[in-house]
Amino acid sequence: MGLDDLIYQNTEWLKGTGPQSNIVISSRIRLARNVEKLPFSHWADEQKEKEILVLVQPAIQSSNYLKNMLFLKLSDLSRLDKQFLLERHLISREHAEGKNSKAVVISEKEIISIMINEEDHLRVQVLQSGFNFTEAWRLISKIDEEIQATLNFAFSSRWGYLTACPTNVGTGMRASVMLHLPALVMTKQISRVLQALDKLSVAARGLYGEGTEALGNFFQFSNQITLGHTEEDLIDNVERVVKQIVTHETEARRVLMNQNKKRVSDRIWRSYGTLKNAHIISSSETINLLSMVRLGVDMGIIKNIDRAKINKLFIFSQPAHLQKMENKILTPMQRDIKRADLLRKELGGKDV
Amino acid sequence: MLCDICGKEEATVHITEIVNGQMAELHLCEECARKKNVAMEQHFSLSDLLGGLADIGTVLDKTEMAGKRCSNCGMTYEDFRKMGRLGCSECYVTFRDSLASLLKRIHGSDHHLGRFPLDKDKKVKAKTRIQDLRARLAAAIQLEEYERAAKLRDQIRIMERKGPEKTKT
Repeated sequence: MGLDDLIYQNTEWLKGTGPQSNIVISSRIRLARNVEKLPFSHWADEQKEKEILVLVQPAIQSSNYLKNMLFLKLSDLSRLDKQFLLERHLISREHAEGKNSKAVVISEKEIISIMINEEDHLRVQVLQSGFNFTEAWRLISKIDEEIQATLNFAFSSRWGYLTACPTNVGTGMRASVMLHLPALVMTKQISRVLQALDKLSVAARGLYGEGTEALGNFFQFSNQITLGHTEEDLIDNVERVVKQIVTHETEARRVLMNQNKKRVSDRIWRSYGTLKNAHIISSSETINLLSMVRLGVDMGIIKNIDRAKINKLFIFSQPAHLQKMENKILTPMQRDIKRADLLRKELGGKDV
Repeated sequence: MLCDICGKEEATVHITEIVNGQMAELHLCEECARKKNVAMEQHFSLSDLLGGLADIGTVLDKTEMAGKRCSNCGMTYEDFRKMGRLGCSECYVTFRDSLASLLKRIHGSDHHLGRFPLDKDKKVKAKTRIQDLRARLAAAIQLEEYERAAKLRDQIRIMERKGPEKTKT
């Protein structure tokens, strides 16, 4: 398997299935781990960073869960490839910009991915479709145990797993979900939801993590703290809060349907119409319109498209994905044309 | 449109509330909205509070550890303040005193209760963990969080059952 095989493979979290998948896109758990005494990756010089990679790589490959994984060194990849991995949520922005001995390991269906030498030596993540922390936690704790068998992780009995940033110390765990909350945005309730979160130790972020905006009504929610509670309790807390947000979103959708059906339907069908007929369309316009179409599908207003297709279009209409499919670098204008072509084709619009 | 509350100023903030399944729209001027404590679409300023590098720098005391340097990786206290990141696992020992209060401030606790690595002495770890759980159980009962208490009790039972089995094998 090479990087190009990722493009059309069956990505697990894009399936659009699993519990609460009308609102919860995906569930993710990640663990930050470091080898003791070696400098954390952000503080390591080129030589040390290489040593870390050489030490860590075989440990990963010896795990039963991680056999036959795709191993990619970021220094071997083009800018386009890195952007592609970023769009696919397999690496972070910081990692995409890094050089030297930074690497990423990716499993079949992209369920497991491990960033090597991000700010910590290892950032292991497991992604599931829908609201499914149970499976994500089961899998990631197995992987963690296996890697620990060969590596001595930095650990203190008082402070737990030691990480580059003090905000990750303890469990080193971040459990997050990606939610689609168009009705809470449309009814202008979202800011109050986000405000309430602070007291509940849950952090909110945009589509591509820290510091990004909430494009397409997508929001990520995760545990704010990592120390002083068991992993199970931290997951439980996020789960509880997410359940409430899902209930609010469901309620807001119901109210929209009951009191504003014509207006909402109009907006959904117009979005669909634009996507199906446009000949030039930007990435952000696409995401926002697709968000409306997805709402239409979830509310049963649009019946002939499935969720998996919409999910796929969210990702494939992004710049690096378009260029990987065309297998060449495109100017922004060329991309806007190709994007419109793709959308018309996939949504059954006219070809010309 | 004039503000629903004061009826004087132009309404620039529009809020939709859902009360008992009914949608109610509220149109307010900025001043009244502020009084009503409505945040205006500042979605993401509230997250990342604790993760912000600047925050860590300002929380850390300048004088406390000035001049200290980690003997393992060479990071100084100044470096740490500037970057908000530590240099290696030994930094946690070097800058221990200052970290204790920082961690407490970030996480509201400075005591790990999660998993322990497998390769360390299992029995001892299991014991300290059970002690931790017992302390939390007592706290939960005191706070009358019975659902949580029941869960902790079950966790303790499971661990107690596991303990002797592991020492046998």
